[in-house]
Amino acid sequence: MEEAANKKEMIKKLQQDILAMQGFRAVLDHNRRDTGLGSLEHAFPNQTFPVAAVHEFISSTVAEAAATTGFMAGLMGHLMQQNSTCLWVGTGRQLFPPGLKAFGLDPDRIIFVDLQWDRDVLWTVEEALKCENLTVVVAELEEINLTESRRLQLAVEKSRVTGFLHRRNPRKIDNIACVSRWQITPVASSLQYGLPGVGYPCWNVDLQKVRNGKPGKWQLQWAAGHFKHAIPVKVETQKNFIPQAV
Amino acid sequence: MSRRYLTIWFCHLTTDQLAIRKPELKGKPFVLAAAERGRMVVKACSAVATAKGIEPGMVVADTRAILPDVEVLEDNPLRAEKLLRALAEWCLRYTPVVAIDLPDGLILDISGCAHLWGGEALYLEEIQTRLQSAGYKVRAAVADTVGASWAISRFGQINPIILPGAHTDAILQLPPAALRLESGVLARLRKLGLYCIANFINMPRTALRRRFGTDLLTRLDQALGTAPEQIDPVQPVVPFQERLPCLEPIRTATGIEIALRRLLESLCQRLFREGKGLRKSLFRGYRIDGQVQQIEIGTNQPVRNIEHLFKLFQLKISTIRPALGIELFLLEAPVVEDLSVQQESLWAATNQEHTAIAGLLDRIAGRYGAATIHRYLPDEHHWPERSIREASCLQEKSAIAWPDDQPRPVCLLPIPERIQVTSPIPDYPPMLFIYKGQIHKIRKADGPERIEREWWIEQGLVRDYYRVEDEQGARYWVFRSGRYDDDKSEWFIHGFFA
Repeated sequence: MEEAANKKEMIKKLQQDILAMQGFRAVLDHNRRDTGLGSLEHAFPNQTFPVAAVHEFISSTVAEAAATTGFMAGLMGHLMQQNSTCLWVGTGRQLFPPGLKAFGLDPDRIIFVDLQWDRDVLWTVEEALKCENLTVVVAELEEINLTESRRLQLAVEKSRVTGFLHRRNPRKIDNIACVSRWQITPVASSLQYGLPGVGYPCWNVDLQKVRNGKPGKWQLQWAAGHFKHAIPVKVETQKNFIPQAV
Repeated sequence: MSRRYLTIWFCHLTTDQLAIRKPELKGKPFVLAAAERGRMVVKACSAVATAKGIEPGMVVADTRAILPDVEVLEDNPLRAEKLLRALAEWCLRYTPVVAIDLPDGLILDISGCAHLWGGEALYLEEIQTRLQSAGYKVRAAVADTVGASWAISRFGQINPIILPGAHTDAILQLPPAALRLESGVLARLRKLGLYCIANFINMPRTALRRRFGTDLLTRLDQALGTAPEQIDPVQPVVPFQERLPCLEPIRTATGIEIALRRLLESLCQRLFREGKGLRKSLFRGYRIDGQVQQIEIGTNQPVRNIEHLFKLFQLKISTIRPALGIELFLLEAPVVEDLSVQQESLWAATNQEHTAIAGLLDRIAGRYGAATIHRYLPDEHHWPERSIREASCLQEKSAIAWPDDQPRPVCLLPIPERIQVTSPIPDYPPMLFIYKGQIHKIRKADGPERIEREWWIEQGLVRDYYRVEDEQGARYWVFRSGRYDDDKSEWFIHGFFA
């Protein structure tokens, strides 16, 4: 019996070692940053949202891109401490800074770099990810290949910066060296019966891949400055919808 | 520090240049003449013509009498100045301060420059050989004052380099014409038997002033160095400038990098001593074929960090075309700002973050232009397009907080796009809308939020914004431009909510 317990502990220890070798440092409780994802964090190695890593987000429509932006903004609002700065690099940016305030992110802490080509974005992102004083670097681009993503991964391993790659409408979804792949799609917001108007932002969060973790699907909503698990509400009374003015 | 001046005299400036341009004139007697009071008067004559006794100021008919086969060409009065200006710009490789001295000379302030060429003798020889091999007959001299070096270059017989402090003795034996005097004064001096400067230099100043005017005294003082003489540089002097001449022409990128690093080291040392940091810097390479290659960088805040500046320049080194080689490198900082030592240490302690980020932004701006970087602050306008303004620098804070009382989309279309809607009831959101050929049936809606046009800025229709959610769950920001009962009212989509 004791032997079995020993074995279990040993396996756990070895797993920890493997994770450490792969660059996932065990985070001490006091400098652990709350991402507000709640039970979703169990999907990640060490039950922690990997900070020094590049996360990939995929969106195929404009509405999905907006949902992804909102989700990323919510994450960034939690990751970025007071006075930290974020770089937002991309081509053809549509982001409207005042809209980020609702996600707990001060838009003036973001520096935008608007470029013309994906290859320029890649150069800038790589340089930015090497800069330890940034907290988060967001890149909006279409295509990236394995080699290019590998360079970004190497950069964050040294500097411990978090990278978000938002791939808008990519032609091909292939394997790249990112720690996770997310797809955020908007879902109808839920409201208590009879209340007019549009509810809190609500998304289907599809964690398609995560290195050393368990992929999964959740429904989250952004309410009062935090992620919350949405209670799936049955489609109610929407067939005979009458527009409601507030 | 004592100043040193070098004066170059082009003995036959315009004619030499013509001979360079038209080789068939070389070695032939020719004069440049212009009409003056109905006669053709010689303005300049070539070396061969001078040897035959032709002088400027003669009438062309007289020169024909002396030398029947003399060629007479039209003179352009602006040619000399244009040519001198070009030569002065060429001379910038030897010193930053070059002034033109009409009608036929250049004045170079060479204080602190000659040692780069290994001493004044080598420096002077280099300039003279270069000009002479180009085809100009020149005489040059170095002295402590502009006046003395001018005198020696025109009339000196012994040594063109006058050692510091020796210029008074050197000009004693020269004729009064060496003092740049008017012809009337010169004639009077000659009439009185004062053939060299030594004859009258010790005379009482009052006597000299009475007989020859104040001009003589000023010129004398300028030559002796007791009166100041300002020269007017062809190019404004950049206070922060470093130069590096090369013994062998540099053709490789590695060579250019070494040169750049050495220049940066000395420039940053100077900036440090004077408590400055640069905001803009130029790196120039003078090629052997006379072309100048240059790259330019700008920074977001005053900098004097060698590594950082080197990185900024390094991004652009590949644009330098060395061709046959670069013989002189020049680094200048035309825009500098105060950067105290305390400030720097303060930055390192508390604001290191900003310095590192500013460094990153400099590199991005250096590669893609400063226009690609934006940071926004809230502005006091309700009109969505005007609700943000661009921050001018990295640290700027806004006086007002970001508004969060009304929902704003995360994505905003730069220009609202027209949509077709079915809206049954006045002042109610539409039932459905068609955007890019797709029908979106609206399930939930919020609104309207009326945003009036700011009449003091522009005239136009009001907007009634609705936040709507379609059956897929996607949330949009749509508005009706104009009032419902208005014929001109139209619907637009303006943004996307998360």
